[in-house]
Amino acid sequence: MLNRLMAAGVVALLATAAACSSGSGSGGGDSAGSDEKVTLTYGLWDKNQVPAMEKVATAFKATHPNVSVSVQVTPFDSYWTKLQAAATGGEAPDVFWMNGPNFQLYASNGVLMPDLKIDSSVYPAALVKLYQYNGKQFGVPKDFDTIGLWYNKKILDAAGIKHPTPGWTWADVRSAAKKATNPAKGVYGLGGLPAGQENFYNTIYQAGGYVISPDGKRSGYDDPNTIEGLKFWTDLIQEGTSPSMQEMSDTEPLKMFESGKLAMLYSGSWNAVELAHNANTAKSVDVAPLPAGEKKATVIHGLANVVFDRTKHPEQAKQFAEFLGSKQAADIQASTGIVIPAYNGTQQAWVKAFPQYHLQSFLDELPFAVPYPISKNTAAWNTLETDLLTKAWSGSMPVDQAARQLATEMNQELAKEGK
Amino acid sequence: MADTVPRTSPVRRAGHRVPSAPARPARRRRTSAQNPLWALVFIGPTALGLAVFYIWPALQTLYYSFTTWGAFGGHTWSGLDNYTELAHDPEVATAFVNTFWYAVLGLLGIPIALTLAAALNGPGRRGVSTYRTLMFLPVVTMPAAVAIIWRWLYNGDYGLINYLLSIVGIQGTHWISNPRTALACVAAVGIWSTIGYNMVILMAGLKAISPHYYEAAAMDGAGPVRQFFSITIPLLSPSLFFVTVLSVIGSLQTFDLVYVMIGRTNPALPQTRTVVYLFYQKAFIENDRGYAAALAFVLLLVIIAVTGLQFRLQRRWVHYE
Repeated sequence: MLNRLMAAGVVALLATAAACSSGSGSGGGDSAGSDEKVTLTYGLWDKNQVPAMEKVATAFKATHPNVSVSVQVTPFDSYWTKLQAAATGGEAPDVFWMNGPNFQLYASNGVLMPDLKIDSSVYPAALVKLYQYNGKQFGVPKDFDTIGLWYNKKILDAAGIKHPTPGWTWADVRSAAKKATNPAKGVYGLGGLPAGQENFYNTIYQAGGYVISPDGKRSGYDDPNTIEGLKFWTDLIQEGTSPSMQEMSDTEPLKMFESGKLAMLYSGSWNAVELAHNANTAKSVDVAPLPAGEKKATVIHGLANVVFDRTKHPEQAKQFAEFLGSKQAADIQASTGIVIPAYNGTQQAWVKAFPQYHLQSFLDELPFAVPYPISKNTAAWNTLETDLLTKAWSGSMPVDQAARQLATEMNQELAKEGK
Repeated sequence: MADTVPRTSPVRRAGHRVPSAPARPARRRRTSAQNPLWALVFIGPTALGLAVFYIWPALQTLYYSFTTWGAFGGHTWSGLDNYTELAHDPEVATAFVNTFWYAVLGLLGIPIALTLAAALNGPGRRGVSTYRTLMFLPVVTMPAAVAIIWRWLYNGDYGLINYLLSIVGIQGTHWISNPRTALACVAAVGIWSTIGYNMVILMAGLKAISPHYYEAAAMDGAGPVRQFFSITIPLLSPSLFFVTVLSVIGSLQTFDLVYVMIGRTNPALPQTRTVVYLFYQKAFIENDRGYAAALAFVLLLVIIAVTGLQFRLQRRWVHYE
């Protein structure tokens, strides 16, 4: 009985395989080939974006009636572990979301399909470049985020501080933080965890430093300007205008900001949704561009849609990925207010989604946006950053010493990548 | 083609069995009882599960510990490289020291469990099953949920513990972010969540001690304390040994509590990071699977050594009736 079942299974499997291989061919002589129905899988991690993504898939089906798309959501925490295992076994989704820190790992290991056709003029240049590897385009920019200075209007007004403007400098934000700090009420001026994208990458670039050399081979953490960018944060902690590392570890700064215990916060455009839906911050906060150091800078990061190199339906998957980068797909996403679409000109819809905030600030920063720093195995030195800079933030190691040790260890990791 | 396979094979199988069955009719009863094949049939399912899900992966881990991994499955033989690097990695040494402390602190839970078990086991106690259920609840609660609740309790600024301390005029610290207190606080949660389990095992052990011993001791003039140390402890020692071995093995594998309670940017992470946490970090965050395999294997050896040592030492203090 079992054997008969197995035999039947083998026959069925062979039949499916035959059908698949004929489908990806030109299908010239076979009349059944043109009617072949294909279901693509689309992997992503944000369940809030599923409705928008399904709308995009429906729009795609209008022009490609034989291609259905099934959206597969995996929570971010397990997304990469699962994707890595799936890619190893040849079972990754046909099209899936990619982020900067993981991109080169996947591109350099041949997991992604190269040479996607995109019109690079319609996306921010930093995003197009982020998804190039060895001169080839592996990703279609999907959306992006920049960092802004969120501030609590009530706390600043009570302390008699003028609201931040695009012209603010480090000196302005420091003195505002000092004035806003009120130990009796447990209110701090400005504070941030040792998190790169939201905090110290921005100040490193503003101070004229760098995280990784353009060729991706050398760490920038022993550069004096880079160390200045780190000191911005540790100085705030030492002055007591920022919560201590222990306090921020117990209660994260975003939560302090939302409960009115933190006057200002460097945070991403993605938090507009969260802040707008919290009764405490829905009306009482606003956002301005980041204050300038030696120069103006903000880190820009964005997701891309990529195609699995070993997909069974390469043509259809490529077409869908390219469609995801179209203006039509961007318009659908913009209207939800969750992310800023990468397609230039569609971003105004996002700005208007929360009119109580000056979200235009995030777009005004684009001219001086710096790409999120990455290398082939970004995760390896991201761990070092977190470990060593946490020591600097908590004061158990002087910041310049932590930075130099970080540079040494990061260079060792980067050397491993070259092998 | 597809037809021939299923039709022939059952016939062939039966054909083998038919002549062999009547070959030894006289000795059938003895052989069926003593035939080692029967033993294999009974332990087979368990042995198979053990082999497939534990032994084989352990052997694979041993093999992988001599390799260097690419991110997507390829691996190359690198000999003892991982072990050499491991021996010189200060993070590994710290993780082993931290893990050792979890194990030592975890043992403190046993006297507590024993006290509770003895208290509940006394004559004429009421509501024993209610208390036993309450004490056992943490054992059946998800570790992640336990860790999150305790994380809130321990919060330095808004936590319940510091609020209660402030009422009596004590300024509490940031319990799980202060490098000096974090390890003990995490270990305390570990103890709290295993006390119920140990207690139930020990209560069963207490029930097995015959009351005659106590009656005889009382007649000889032994008080409750003397009875406890001269009768209860020795006769309970097999149960105590059992919970000690399990507690140490459990502590050496501590991961979930640290993972949930201690965030990536917690300044106390270096002081609380366990070996399994480091394994997770190397394997799944830094994509260094070969190194992680070596780390897991060293931990396995340590657990075997510690458990072996406990079994040797049991001759000195464990009494089997």
